[in-house]
Amino acid sequence: MKWRVGRSHCVAEVPPHPPLPTPIIMTDIQKLIRAVEQADSSARLLEAVERLAAAQAKEATPTLIAALGYNNPGAAVAAVDGLVKIGEAAVQPLLELIDDYNYGARAWAIRALAGIGDPRALNTLLEAAKTDFSLSVRRASARGLGTLRWHELPQEQRHLHQAEALEALQLACQDPEWVVRYAAVTGLEALAIAQPNLTPQIITQLEHIAQTDVDLAVRTRVLLAQQQLQKSLVVSNN
Amino acid sequence: MRNSSSENFANSPSTDNAVDGDSLTVEQAIANLESADLGLRFYAAWWLGKFRVCEEAAVKGLIKALDDEDDKTPEGGYPLRRNAARALGKLGDQQAVPALIKSLECSDFYVREAAAQSLEMLGDPACVPTLSKLLAFGLHGEQLLTQQPDFSQPYDAILEALGTLQATETIPLVKPFLEHPIERVQYAAARAMYQLTKEPGYGERLVHALKNDNLQLRRTALADLGSIGYLPAAEAIAQTLAENSLKLIALKGLLEHQVNQTHPPALSAGAIKVIDLMDSLL
Repeated sequence: MKWRVGRSHCVAEVPPHPPLPTPIIMTDIQKLIRAVEQADSSARLLEAVERLAAAQAKEATPTLIAALGYNNPGAAVAAVDGLVKIGEAAVQPLLELIDDYNYGARAWAIRALAGIGDPRALNTLLEAAKTDFSLSVRRASARGLGTLRWHELPQEQRHLHQAEALEALQLACQDPEWVVRYAAVTGLEALAIAQPNLTPQIITQLEHIAQTDVDLAVRTRVLLAQQQLQKSLVVSNN
Repeated sequence: MRNSSSENFANSPSTDNAVDGDSLTVEQAIANLESADLGLRFYAAWWLGKFRVCEEAAVKGLIKALDDEDDKTPEGGYPLRRNAARALGKLGDQQAVPALIKSLECSDFYVREAAAQSLEMLGDPACVPTLSKLLAFGLHGEQLLTQQPDFSQPYDAILEALGTLQATETIPLVKPFLEHPIERVQYAAARAMYQLTKEPGYGERLVHALKNDNLQLRRTALADLGSIGYLPAAEAIAQTLAENSLKLIALKGLLEHQVNQTHPPALSAGAIKVIDLMDSLL
């Protein structure tokens, strides 16, 4: 299964790392990398990227990042998985390379950053959510803005940055593309759970979307977000 | 949200998608439908559809464009008619139905295809007899023509329209197309048969198609499953090797179908499952 963050605990925790893999010696990683570089069909590429991703090796980062741009959706999904598993070590390379990409690859890179949840990605996510012309990039970043690991930021910065995220998500709620608005609702839900101070404001925003959005899927996602927030309020009040 | 006044239109979020700043006003676009410049006519017809300008004058102008004889390619195609037919489906005005039915008999394949798609969107069963007649071109009795592949009619668009229009009387005509040599047409037939019979076997055919080696066909199957809202496909859609954006659109179809079946709209277990999958693809 792809990287996933459960709804009820999306912000507070890093997806748990699986047990460390059996140590693989460098030459094995190099072999896996070479298999990706030499793959001569999309099926072989997919398999090679899946194997490299499973190795969870930092050295695989550049190759996995390159695989985001091969225009092979299966391989890109596997590469995002792999980068999310590598985690923090993949953040800086992703941030450095993000501008060089075509928009398809940029969306995957943003997805990887969102999956990792490292707060260093905040400015990139804010910028992408607010200004990117590609709807897939805006979608992935709206999702990511909710699920950042906010607790890694010092408290005084956290409030400021969460307010910035809220502002960007409110903007994304008016996006012409339904899927960006849908993603923004998931972001708002996660942000409200991460920061109870923002919850009342977000609840108001969700009510507004429930009444005005033209897409049933978006309104339905709001319904679920409202239920989740209700549950989390009950939990925090007890 | 969609509205017809040109003033409000300027604020419509859809304008964010306008191409290269080439902006028209509604009045200009309508006037351009009769411009001496064929390129401007062609662009105006597309533009009115893209921005769903549901004004009476736009609808009337586009209907008139369905009879255009000026914009004709050496191969006998009618580019303006194609765009006009596509736009009329998006505008949702029922007065276009008779003219679109007539366009189903146009000599240009792509005009017939666009007309079938737009008639599907407009949802008026008045077009069923003409659609059935077109479909019958591909049949000898209740069997496919022996000479295949047969590209003479836009069979996929016709099949999809008949399914959406719930034209159950056409089942005997639709069914043979499940064996059509063109996979895209097979999928359209499966989609229509599911809509006409609700038999899961037809939905499962489309689920199976998600594993096709050809990416384009996987995308087609995703779109088909989204259109019929076939819930058992949810997990398979999420796992399909295709772009997340297309999987999300397909799952949106499933979700909305689920919600529409519960009164008042509520979150069924099926709906929540689809939402979880959608969230994982964002």
